[in-house]
Amino acid sequence: MTSHRLGWAPYALLLPSLAFLAIFFAVPMVSAFGLAFQDASGAWGLASIRRMLGDAQFREALLTTLVLIVAIIPVQFALALAMALVINAKLKGAGLWLYVYALPLGISDLAAGITFFAIFTERGWLNSGLEGLGLIERPFIFLNYQTPFWLIFAVVLAESWRATAIIMVNLVAGLQGIPRDYLEAADVFGATLWQKIRRVILPLLRPSIQVSLILRTILAFQAFAVVIALAGSGLTVLSSEAYRWYGEYRDPNVAAAYAAFILVLSVVSTLLFLWLLPVRREQVG
Amino acid sequence: MSVAARPAAVPVPRETAIAPDRGRRARARRKTLGRALLYATAALLALFVLAPIYLITVTAFTPRDAVYDYPKRLIPESFSIETMRFFVTSTGVLGSLWNSVVVALISLVLSTLIGTPAGYALARYVFRGRDAFRLTILSTRAFPIVILSIPLAVSFIDWGIYDTVWSVALMHTALALPFTVLITGSIFVGVPRDLEEAAQTLGCSPAQAFVRVVLPLALPGLAAASIFTFVLSWNEVFAATILTLRERTLPALVLSSLAASPAPFRFAAAWFMLVPSLIIIFVIRRYLLGMWGRVSR
Repeated sequence: MTSHRLGWAPYALLLPSLAFLAIFFAVPMVSAFGLAFQDASGAWGLASIRRMLGDAQFREALLTTLVLIVAIIPVQFALALAMALVINAKLKGAGLWLYVYALPLGISDLAAGITFFAIFTERGWLNSGLEGLGLIERPFIFLNYQTPFWLIFAVVLAESWRATAIIMVNLVAGLQGIPRDYLEAADVFGATLWQKIRRVILPLLRPSIQVSLILRTILAFQAFAVVIALAGSGLTVLSSEAYRWYGEYRDPNVAAAYAAFILVLSVVSTLLFLWLLPVRREQVG
Repeated sequence: MSVAARPAAVPVPRETAIAPDRGRRARARRKTLGRALLYATAALLALFVLAPIYLITVTAFTPRDAVYDYPKRLIPESFSIETMRFFVTSTGVLGSLWNSVVVALISLVLSTLIGTPAGYALARYVFRGRDAFRLTILSTRAFPIVILSIPLAVSFIDWGIYDTVWSVALMHTALALPFTVLITGSIFVGVPRDLEEAAQTLGCSPAQAFVRVVLPLALPGLAAASIFTFVLSWNEVFAATILTLRERTLPALVLSSLAASPAPFRFAAAWFMLVPSLIIIFVIRRYLLGMWGRVSR
């Protein structure tokens, strides 16, 4: 086998990637924490962290971020599972369904935000539809900082539209790994679809679900263009605060404190999912 | 949402065991009904995905003064590229469009050149540290763009490449690289090792065997993977906005001028950002499942 003859070869092949990731991943990550623990003059200390925690927007941003995650993930999972089951059922034109459901993989959060702005804005599609059905008499103002419920509703819908495909593709790949026999056996015993989902599919999908949950949560911490496009300054999340502190206040230290905080939250949530949904070794792959 | 739960409403015939004949008929009926429900669910889900794309398209192609018309009609009365022309001829748009393409192309080339060898190593060699490397690559996905962009902006200012296409392209390459390594790895796993070994037995050097045998077989998959890198870069907005001031990419320009730009500008911009990605997803549709599904393992 080739691997015995050229012991150094794999390392040479990995070297460019490792070097690049060291410069553009490892170093910035360390220096993000460095920046967060310095103040504008470069002196070490907790000044920037304290400014972040003491900022009037901080608590609101944290709360909104968490509310969004809690609201988005169940909706996306239900949608993604429905899509995955539809694809797995091998309908006519299965490839077409998959392609349609996977379309949003190519849609940016900014484009998604503006698209849903066109729907939710005062003279937009939703109001046109509701009025056409006779449900409202005059346009309802959804995107208003005084009605955070509707702002969050719009963001949840836009995010569910854009990012469900990522979970769906994961789940479809996982479903294809479930032997047909299991589902046929469940059929023989007269299981309903719901029983099949609860007792056979979900347990066997656990590795895919775990990965999707982790990935989705990490991405949700970064969702920011959707929020800005839909809510402007009416809604704030952690990453838009990082953007504001860097772009508007020209304070990279507090911005880095926000970034470091987001990283800590991402790692904590990843560990949480690994702990809540343990995957046994033999379930992987 | 109710869409997911709907098929559960299909009733189970309890009498199956008692009256096999009636049971069979009931089961057949249940199956037809289930099938119909399945198609209905499939169509509803497709509608959920497609409707917003349709709506933004209609909005982007209404005349500029008709954009504010209310109520809107699902089938537009007038079609016009006026809004689109207004967007394209706005200050900075063409320049940012060019920047977006350049950045995406640089990211595509760099991440493919740097990532493919590592993917090959993961697929073909058993070596000490292989699992550690894989884990490192996987874990990079946990690091938000936010945390990389801000310190990198500070470094890029020091290096004198802040506010150039290179700063954004390097950042996008870093974002795409883990993805490229894992995908190319899974693509090379799919090329039979026997063929490569046969070529070497017949006198090819390992490099020749790679170029003449492995590469042609892996090429479609590799192309799909690098095209996807293009989409990642084309769509990315946070780092692009942080790392530029004047040399904006299209999403960065749109985001930074969002509050000041009129609605027709935004709608045209959204459509303009959407369409290339949709075309690309269409082109690589056959590879999507393999790419994402395998990477997440």
